[in-house]
Amino acid sequence: MRDKVKISKYLDAAFAITGLLFCLIGIGVIIILFVDLFMDGAPRLTLKFFSSFPSRFPDEAGILSAWVGSLLIMFITALAAIPVGVGAGIYLEEYAKKNWFTDFIEINIANLAGVPSIIYGLLALGIFVYMLGFGESILTGGLTLGLLILPIVIIATREAIRAIPQSIREASYACGATKWQTIRWHVLPYSMGGILTGIIIGLSRAIGETAPLVTIGALTFIAFLPSSPISSDFPFISFKWLFDSFTVLPVQIFNWVSRPQKGFHVNAAAASIVLMVMTLLMNGFAIYIRYRFRRKIRW
Amino acid sequence: MNFLSGKSFQSVKEKAIETFLFLSAASSILITTGIVFILFYESSGFFKKVSIVEFLTGTQWTPLFSEPRFGVLPLVAGTFLTTTIALLVALPVGLITAMYLSEFAPLRLREILKPVLELLAAVPTVVYGYFALLFLTPLLQKFIPDLSGFNALSPGIIMGIMIVPYVSSVSEDAMSAVPMYIKEGSYAMGATRLQTAFRVVIPAAFSGIAAAFIIGISRALGETMVVAIAAGMMPNWTINPLEPVQTFTSYIVQVSLGDVPHGTLEYSTIFAVGVVLFFITLGANILSFFLRMKFRERY
Repeated sequence: MRDKVKISKYLDAAFAITGLLFCLIGIGVIIILFVDLFMDGAPRLTLKFFSSFPSRFPDEAGILSAWVGSLLIMFITALAAIPVGVGAGIYLEEYAKKNWFTDFIEINIANLAGVPSIIYGLLALGIFVYMLGFGESILTGGLTLGLLILPIVIIATREAIRAIPQSIREASYACGATKWQTIRWHVLPYSMGGILTGIIIGLSRAIGETAPLVTIGALTFIAFLPSSPISSDFPFISFKWLFDSFTVLPVQIFNWVSRPQKGFHVNAAAASIVLMVMTLLMNGFAIYIRYRFRRKIRW
Repeated sequence: MNFLSGKSFQSVKEKAIETFLFLSAASSILITTGIVFILFYESSGFFKKVSIVEFLTGTQWTPLFSEPRFGVLPLVAGTFLTTTIALLVALPVGLITAMYLSEFAPLRLREILKPVLELLAAVPTVVYGYFALLFLTPLLQKFIPDLSGFNALSPGIIMGIMIVPYVSSVSEDAMSAVPMYIKEGSYAMGATRLQTAFRVVIPAAFSGIAAAFIIGISRALGETMVVAIAAGMMPNWTINPLEPVQTFTSYIVQVSLGDVPHGTLEYSTIFAVGVVLFFITLGANILSFFLRMKFRERY
């Protein structure tokens, strides 16, 4: 009997150590990944790398068109996903009645969050590129990623709103506020931390996404920048850039890593460092916002 | 002039906002409808020319050759192989990590480990592809000389590490949701933490853990860039993990990279493959959704 207890205790301690080691596997992989990228790519990270177009010669190639493309795509993605995603989240938490249609929307959103990203690429290829005739453009790319991160934004908005106590809303109604006034001046500001976190996590997911953009035909060799949004003629703002073809950082990395020459692999590593730093900064910022808001608000 | 002033203006505004919010929520259904519609619409041309029996039972997949064969089984084999390898990594690591975080780790340590593990899912997949092709494959070749430069093993392992956070976070939520009094009952009988975890917490959280596993499967099936970069884009009717293979997703990427004109049979093949991929992941997602619902109802 005593031996059995001893063995159980021993196993318990052994598992505690194993568990910790397994957690460290994950951290170890991230560290090795970073060290590997830096050893391969750090020498290429010069100013010239950021200000050059892709080239046939690895030493002269850079990521100018890729990072400009990434920024523009992110802009469209945010514009498409934030209003619709936050709006849908508000509706489902504040307005929707409990009926089969609401349940259906709920299951549907949970499912959309799990649809492989490349399927969104096929959707966009069929609808945006050919049916609506947007072509293989920045507009198509941005909208595609907007659809992709929509479930993330909706789910984050709902969770943030759900955390707000009913008493806050009742206090607002008691002062004569309408439903929308209550949402606009109380529910939204108090849930802003959670909503922002969701938006940033969604955008960080979008900036690293490759497959759907390859599917809609993001080009890998773009040696020009999209046309300028400011034009010299009236009305001084031009939307021509929306329909320009584009490349983004992950697509550029994919292109370089698929080539046999070693020089392009160095470029891929350098561009990966840039992409990783962007993604990790966004994630770090999201975690920071979450903790800050959590500390600031006490019910 | 002021027929809309005061109360009636307010109520029109309220109604308009509610309508906008409702449309946002309903748009998620539009996306799903769009996906199903476009997959069937674009692949209908394919299924008119190729019988479903040939598609589902043929063991040769050469749609881009001059004498095309349309048997999808090689892609099924490739997808099955990489997914199985990924699960062999992700399930044990994810489950042990979740057990450690939920039952063993001190609160402070858990608060640090959880966001760090989440980072594994935040790394762009194209960077993982680079890592699999240029770091892990050469490393494995030192131990397995037969391993070819493109293979199923190395992207499978990397994919497994990538989906650990999905498996561990959902199973940890399930384990943490098991009521304290059940665990305390076990401790009161003199059980160790390990015995409690295995004999009480895991059985009690079983449907939640099953949901986590299925999410892992669905993620691995739909993952694109890692296999597109490191597995070799070669349809191969094999279960040998040392050989190059092609998955559903990497086939779609391969066709998208080429110049296949819109409307041809070759073009419609990617939608036929997309249909198969979408419905497998849809089934997995719905199953995991209901398993989680069932779990939530119980506690």
